[in-house]
Amino acid sequence: MSIEADAIDGADVNRRDFIHIATGSMLAVGGAMVAWPFIHQMNPSADVRALATIEVDLAALEPGMGMKAMFRGKPLFIRRRTDAEIAEAREVSMTSLPDPQADEERAQKAEYLVLLGVCTHLGCVPLGTGSGEKRGDYNGWFCPCHGSHYDTSGRIRKGPAPYNLEIPFYEYTSDTTIKVGKEV
Amino acid sequence: MAHNYQSKYQNPVINWIDTRLPIFWLVDTAVGAGHPTPKNLNYWWNFGSLAGLCLVIQLISGFVLAMHYTPHADMAFASVEHIMRDVNYGWRIRYIHANGASFFFVVVFIHIFRGLYYGSYKAPRELLWMLGVTILLLMMATAFMGYVLPWGQMSFWGATVITNLFSAVPFVGDSIVTLLWGGFSVDNPTLARFFSLHYLLPFVITGTVILHVWALNMPGSNNPSGIDVKGPQDTIPFHPYYTIKDVFGIAVFLAVFCAFVFFMPNALGHPDNYIPADPLATPSHIVPEWYFLPFYAILRAVPDKLLGVVAMFASIGVLFVLPWLDTSPVRSATFRPLYKKFFWIFIVVCFGLGWCGQADTDMPLIPFGEDEQAIAENIAARLPADSRAELLANVPGDLKVLETYATRAGMSEAAFERLVEKEKVTFDVLHLNRLLTAYYFFHFLVLIPLLGWFEKTRPLPESLSSPVLSPSAMPAE
Ligand code: HEM
Ligand code: FES
Repeated sequence: MSIEADAIDGADVNRRDFIHIATGSMLAVGGAMVAWPFIHQMNPSADVRALATIEVDLAALEPGMGMKAMFRGKPLFIRRRTDAEIAEAREVSMTSLPDPQADEERAQKAEYLVLLGVCTHLGCVPLGTGSGEKRGDYNGWFCPCHGSHYDTSGRIRKGPAPYNLEIPFYEYTSDTTIKVGKEV
Repeated sequence: MAHNYQSKYQNPVINWIDTRLPIFWLVDTAVGAGHPTPKNLNYWWNFGSLAGLCLVIQLISGFVLAMHYTPHADMAFASVEHIMRDVNYGWRIRYIHANGASFFFVVVFIHIFRGLYYGSYKAPRELLWMLGVTILLLMMATAFMGYVLPWGQMSFWGATVITNLFSAVPFVGDSIVTLLWGGFSVDNPTLARFFSLHYLLPFVITGTVILHVWALNMPGSNNPSGIDVKGPQDTIPFHPYYTIKDVFGIAVFLAVFCAFVFFMPNALGHPDNYIPADPLATPSHIVPEWYFLPFYAILRAVPDKLLGVVAMFASIGVLFVLPWLDTSPVRSATFRPLYKKFFWIFIVVCFGLGWCGQADTDMPLIPFGEDEQAIAENIAARLPADSRAELLANVPGDLKVLETYATRAGMSEAAFERLVEKEKVTFDVLHLNRLLTAYYFFHFLVLIPLLGWFEKTRPLPESLSSPVLSPSAMPAE
């Protein structure tokens, strides 16, 4: 077969180039399709995903009390705040906060504060939810690892942690029950 | 590779690395343009690279399975179901691994038969061949232990039966079995060590494959004509000629492989292995995985426990000494008319052994009628002395006549029929099994050594190029 017979009319490309490029592209696409399941298998499996949301009943909480739950392998803090604690959280001036955020944005119902109990410094579990635990200088939470102080809205006030305690996604399914987490 | 090797690559970075660690040189001379390869290799030479691909497939899918599997007797079965149902694409990865093992054996068996046909085991490739047989043994051990891991009924009872083989060893057999089990039966300790070994052995296989390919590179590949390469005119560079041919083979292989993985993933497995292991109930019909069937048949052929085990191991052991059993100076069966015939008979025998391995041993194949003598003796025992003598003096070859004696002896019709049934003479699976086993060893131990002396081989071509280039070999127009 001569080169001329191979050439596609008017183009500077011949049959062999086409075959090479087509083969290479097929290999790349095929390789990616083969590789994906081998990567995706490391993502959360169906049984893990099934536990991506939890329901928590808040009815038993008295004002001033806190409770802990497990959410996605991490501690979830819920505190039923007293009026004094809510007022304390709402009176703070934004400029005095390292990570400014209004308390109104942090609690769907002012009474119940729902937080992830993971210190935003290096991941320890702060004290302050259980009765009798140290609550730190701002009457909220205190992380014993490197001394971060959080206020009654779970905002960072003092210490090495850079951000406020995280608020997970949750919604009220009734007056006193919440569903935490988004389905995945 | 001299002590002061200087790389010849143009690219300065490659040159710098290659001079210090000649890894580019290694790849180039092993599977690159710098590896002259006989120019006449046919598609049977694709199965070496396919075996390498199978090993890679098993390694990768195996690592992934190990991320989700739990090696504990209480959790193993559930963890495999977890892989099948919960893990993203877990079903696909498990089916790849399970079918991959079967395909690995298909490929390696073909690879071995290729070697047998073209005499690739002969000098100077004896060590290459023996490394290959070692790989086969390692693969069998790995596959066996892998099959135990899902902890289904077949896993458990397969493990029990195979480990019990070692109880045939005189004096210390039972102690060996206890040692293997780590207890008094196949149980959690057994599972844990099998998992450890199933993870370890593939690396041993990988190492052996490296030695195997190294040993291949010394003499270079054999070829369909079995004669030595005489010079550059007989060879073509491995790359691109055989790389592209291997890639084509891989594409065909993967198409068949995917047909199994996606459309009949359980065709080669046994449904009983989806029943959790139960140490209190053996499945009614236990069979090993298909690739063990011929060896299992050889084991069952021998009525003695110890000798059965010995025969089974010997069936692979003979492969190790094959290079010295074969006395013929000609490699390829192309030029050995008799060996070629016996080769195909041997293939049929191997398939026959595989078939026997999964059949019930007492299944009748060819009926030969009844044993009249035995029937007559049975009836005679119930007759008075004079008719007894008369019957035994000339045993009738006719069931009708025998029945009249039976009635005289006071036997009911049903009892007589039962007696006839009991004394039926047949050629059953076990007989066939024994015959084929005997032939298997006959092939290696008698035929192969003798053929070298008696066979009149066809004239060998001058060189790989000559049959093509010489005018006499040109096809008529
Ligand atoms: C994991 C298993 C194995 C791998 C990855 C493997 C790989 C290879 C490769 C890549 C070649 C060169 C290409 C070819 O000739 O097809 C080869 C050649 C060879 N293999 Fe294997 N092999 C394996 C198992 C075996 C076994 C079990 C045997 C024999 C019992 C064996 C016997 C041979 C022989 C005799 C050759 C030289 C063949 C020739 O040049 O004619 N191999 N192997
Ligand atoms: S981890 Fe909480 S202060 Fe460092």
